[in-house]
Amino acid sequence: MTAAGTPWAAAPLSGGAKALVVYLMAGARTPELAEAAVEGGADIVEIGFPFSDPLADGPVIRRAAERALAEGMRTQACLECLACVAERVEVPLVPMTYSSLLEAYGYDRFATDAAAAGATGLIVADLPAGERPALRRIQLVAPTSTDERLRLAARETDGWLYLVTIAGTTGARESLSPALAGLAARARRATDLPLYAGFGISTPAHAAAAADHVDGVVVGSRALEAAEGGPGTLRAYVRSLRDALRA
Amino acid sequence: MSLPAPAKGLYGVYGGRYVPETLVPALDELEAAWRLAARDEAFRAELAGLGESYGGRPTPVTLAERFAPGKRLYLKREDLLHTGSHKLNNALGQALLARRLGKRRLVAETGAGQHGVATATVAARFGLECVVYMGSEDMRRQRPNVERMGLLGAEVRPVEFGTRTLKEATSEAIRDWIATVETTHYLIGSCVGPHPYPEIVRELQAVIGREARAQLLAAEGRLPDAAVACVGGGSNAIGLFAGFVADADVRLVGVEAAGAASLGAGRPGVLHGARSSLLADSDGQILDAHSISAGLDYPGVGPEHAFLRDSGRAEYVAASDEEAVAAFRHLARTEGIVPALEPAHALARVAELDAELIVVCLSGRGDKDLAEVLAQ
Ligand SMILES: Cc1ncc(COP(=O)(O)O)c(C=O)c1O
Repeated sequence: MTAAGTPWAAAPLSGGAKALVVYLMAGARTPELAEAAVEGGADIVEIGFPFSDPLADGPVIRRAAERALAEGMRTQACLECLACVAERVEVPLVPMTYSSLLEAYGYDRFATDAAAAGATGLIVADLPAGERPALRRIQLVAPTSTDERLRLAARETDGWLYLVTIAGTTGARESLSPALAGLAARARRATDLPLYAGFGISTPAHAAAAADHVDGVVVGSRALEAAEGGPGTLRAYVRSLRDALRA
Repeated sequence: MSLPAPAKGLYGVYGGRYVPETLVPALDELEAAWRLAARDEAFRAELAGLGESYGGRPTPVTLAERFAPGKRLYLKREDLLHTGSHKLNNALGQALLARRLGKRRLVAETGAGQHGVATATVAARFGLECVVYMGSEDMRRQRPNVERMGLLGAEVRPVEFGTRTLKEATSEAIRDWIATVETTHYLIGSCVGPHPYPEIVRELQAVIGREARAQLLAAEGRLPDAAVACVGGGSNAIGLFAGFVADADVRLVGVEAAGAASLGAGRPGVLHGARSSLLADSDGQILDAHSISAGLDYPGVGPEHAFLRDSGRAEYVAASDEEAVAAFRHLARTEGIVPALEPAHALARVAELDAELIVVCLSGRGDKDLAEVLAQ
């Protein structure tokens, strides 16, 4: 297990394959779901630490957060969940959460304890580049980001850059955002780091189309829906994405 | 006379910009437009002109001798402003900003419905599209304002999850903005949210304090001992305080709803784009607020108030639902003025205040609250 902040993702994946990142909400079943996702071909697992007011999230992840909180998934329980996942799978693990949790837990303490529990990176959805630069984390950029902000995010990011494909919240969309191609081209000029695209990607066809522009894709809302059906359903869904990325 | 402009949107350790990246360029653009507008004579003149000819400014101050015998209590009559509350001051200013930004669509959140009505009103006045998010519980308890917004041509979108009140309405308005940011201006209703909103809203509401200060000096030949206002997000309070903050002898008193005392019972946290004092648990999860007043029923507060509290320049106290309803009824009976439930909280703390000459911001009128109060 690599330490937090190690630029593990900068290493090319085997055979130039595209990376597949799967988001799961922290909860009692997350370890077995993460295992299924990895069996299906996930290269990285993001683990949502639920927040009561998730501004960047659409209804699917918001509702999953509400359920997780109702089941008691507070920060300590999420860190324990992360450690359990780390025991089951070998892939990089990235907690994704909101500033309010870090405020309450302490930003440094959170980074330290998450790394100790097996995190290899961190995403904070409402902490844009420029805010709290001392906290190492994967930065997000969006179609609205200026070139100057792309460069700032690329300088500050940890390992890879997360391209938000759309102006909007998380959640499945019918088609791949037409804004991705332009954003990816601008991001390439700003950095040599890997670019992974997320938000709105849900089908194998989206994944394949996105992979024409970037080095990896992130699936969230649709993965949570598949996870509802249990490990088998999730594994099959992830495998369909994996196959599309290989093709 | 106003408060110093914050550096990078920070008020001590509060404020900032805790938002998804998608919004950051729009906030930069808004800040740039605001800086230009604030220095632009034509912008200021147009806003002041609209305040007068459309809003009815200056609003008077009224001496309330029967409500507060033994004191000299002046009510700053924002209830007489067009649309019935101070919210219009902010909505007018931001509508002019939206026009400068070339944005044709306004999105807003509302609790009591007063900010939604103010936004719907300026949208009608300037020919802009308008969507207002409102919790379904608030739609129930502030029915007249829902109907007014519809009449004004705004679309009211109910928010049916979580608390079904202002907190969730604000989150949904921000989510809408994330998806529509290139064509839409988010017309936030209080001095909350990411930088530069707290500063913009304070400056647009500062007209309350500017007028009140001059009016008190004219009427009494001296400054008040205390300036008092209710605090939900804190915009009418920060507007009133702006007029007196440089006068060290004037006490600044904010009154929160007892079940929504983000300053009195809060802890530092991040909500809706800013770091402030919030009702949150030890894990940073936001707690539900509870107040009979939909406009105060919010677990957060503007970052500048958290700063004024910590610095000791302003003090914050609370009033219960029952105390607010009693003050609501008492003002009606003694002065022939029906206040909104929000400023009724401020009125509830006046009698025991160790001050003789007092100005209270009567931030809005109470028509919207009649059904709720009569049902008590
Ligand atoms: C009349 C009135 N006063 C006060 C408030 C509270 O807002 P703020 O604290 O921003 O003034 C509201 C909010 O809806 C209101 O309608």
